[in-house]
Amino acid sequence: MALLELRNVSKLYQLGGEEIRALDDVSLDIEGGEFISIIGPSGSGKSTLMHILGCLDSPTRGTIRLDGTMIHDATARQLAAIRNRKIGFVFQFFNLLPKLNVLQNVELPMLYSGVGGRERRERALTALQAVGMDNRARHRPSQLSGGQQQRAAIARALVNNPKIIFADEPTGNLDSHTGTMILSLFHQLSAAGRTIILVTHDPEIAAVTPRRIEIRDGKIAAKIDAKLAGLDRVSPAVPQA
Amino acid sequence: MNVFNTILTGFKEIWAYKFRSLLTMLGIILGVASLVAMSALVKGMEVGATEALVAIGGLQKFRIEAQPVPAEQRYLQDQAVGLNLQDVEALEANATLYTNISPEMSIPRVTLSANGKNSRPWNCSGAWPVILEVYEHEIARGRMFNALDDEMARSVCVIGTEVRDNLFGSPEEVGREINPVGETININGQAFTVIGLFKHYESEQERREREAAAAQPRGPQTGPARSRGWGGRQGSFVYRFKNNSVYLPLNTARLKLAADPAGGTPNLTSIEVQLVDLSRMNETIQQVQNVMLSTHKGIRDFQFRTQEEWAERIDEFIRNARMSGGTIAGISLLVGGIGIMNIMLASISGRIREIGIRKAVGATTFDVFLQILIESVVVAVLGGLAGLLCAWGLVNIIAEISPTENEPIITPWALVVAFAFSVAVGILAGLLPAFKAARLHPIGALRYD
Repeated sequence: MALLELRNVSKLYQLGGEEIRALDDVSLDIEGGEFISIIGPSGSGKSTLMHILGCLDSPTRGTIRLDGTMIHDATARQLAAIRNRKIGFVFQFFNLLPKLNVLQNVELPMLYSGVGGRERRERALTALQAVGMDNRARHRPSQLSGGQQQRAAIARALVNNPKIIFADEPTGNLDSHTGTMILSLFHQLSAAGRTIILVTHDPEIAAVTPRRIEIRDGKIAAKIDAKLAGLDRVSPAVPQA
Repeated sequence: MNVFNTILTGFKEIWAYKFRSLLTMLGIILGVASLVAMSALVKGMEVGATEALVAIGGLQKFRIEAQPVPAEQRYLQDQAVGLNLQDVEALEANATLYTNISPEMSIPRVTLSANGKNSRPWNCSGAWPVILEVYEHEIARGRMFNALDDEMARSVCVIGTEVRDNLFGSPEEVGREINPVGETININGQAFTVIGLFKHYESEQERREREAAAAQPRGPQTGPARSRGWGGRQGSFVYRFKNNSVYLPLNTARLKLAADPAGGTPNLTSIEVQLVDLSRMNETIQQVQNVMLSTHKGIRDFQFRTQEEWAERIDEFIRNARMSGGTIAGISLLVGGIGIMNIMLASISGRIREIGIRKAVGATTFDVFLQILIESVVVAVLGGLAGLLCAWGLVNIIAEISPTENEPIITPWALVVAFAFSVAVGILAGLLPAFKAARLHPIGALRYD
């Protein structure tokens, strides 16, 4: 059984009386431990797919099974619990809370899963160690560089030991050098056995992931656009893990 | 997320915006402070009024007073006898629901003189020794006149402290207590021996003020002695009335001071009847009326006056003061609550992204709801506590500057109510912002800029 199973998933929006099909009859299986990039032009529906996969949104039609649980008709409360325990998010704009320091930011998911204070601190520090940020634990996000903030955000995504990590354009707001470092961090995580799903429109990033899913007009493209997927590159910018 | 962490988060949020939080709290602080101060002032008045009521002998009595013959009995006017000792005898013989009956003959326009000074007391009456109980009098020095003094119409009197002060000098001025017992004073030109001195009556507040003044060391007097106008001892009417009184035996008063030029027996001015039981006031009045109507041949030349009117007036006044003060304080609490709601609404629209992030990492709708609500409650609770402190200061300031005789009294009950109101206001004010925040969709909130 796959970790994530989508069957005939559609997402419709009403926009000024006009119906927009952000996702149109998508079926997809993702196995545990896969490292996948979801690519596609902007407006293609790839973000919608990620939101539905990440339990931030519910599909209009279709069924989704995540780790054996049907989530397409789960309540908001159940979705919150799944987001908390089984899913970690990494965003383009880091989305750290500016008033909390790095350690408190990383502790945040555990606050909602009811982990005690001492264990929370230990696990947050371990996660920060894993991304090489343990020496910045007391800094505010505003005192950190973009790459450091993104690493803190990855630590936050990891801290509850989720099954899947979703990353939405994780390098989109970083310079290429820092982006490379963040990508290699994802490679390490993938090598350690985590399921990682990257949403990107950057061919260089798509090129380094073992599996690519291209979304076009709300559907999974039958044939991957080689250029968009970075397959025309002679040598990928990031060493393969 | 457990409640403790939520409260902690609330405190952090408030601490992060100290000035804004202070402004938010200001409404609650003022509301709570005014609520407590108002209640303290009203309580002070109530205590003062109750003290005064007790000083005149409490509620458990009524007074029979002479009144003009009513119009429909005007033709019987020459038959009307007025209040006299026969009434008292008849009541003692026939009425049962009383503990004391005290006839009183007030001498109008009295001038006292002694020690080369003159004084006009507020009250000079002939009475029976039982007047001590009826008016809650206490003898400080000497003795009360007794039945024998009355029977023999001895020229003796008992005076209050203000009479003593006027004729012989007050302890404050002289620097020592003067004992007037044994002195002779003239009442309307006739010599009387002072055989007793009542204790000095004053309210709690007056007593404290006097003691505080006495504790102040007196500097040596510089310059000429000046008149300080209206004398040193002021105080509320009830106490002054008691202090500025002279009592003599009823017979003495009747024979020596109130003698009717026409040769008839002078009438009593009033008869005070003390009740067995306050709840049987109406029965007692009925009984007394029956006896009186028979001795007065059915002529209604007397009336009854109870202290209940006074007590009711006090109650009504207190109720009104509490109501109006409470309304004003309540409105200011409400305004404080609206202030909190306003700031919380502004604050959550600045924190939509934060709410989105919290939801993305697993906060439930209820978690977010609780967080905003608790922030609002924490603001209100802190405001309430600060308000209680301010109330204390405010009450002290009011006590200092206001001329009221009754010191405001802060009751624990007022503190509890004011604090509970501030918490309730916090909860109410937080509901709408918390609901709005909790309803945000995670994706919309995450994308919000």
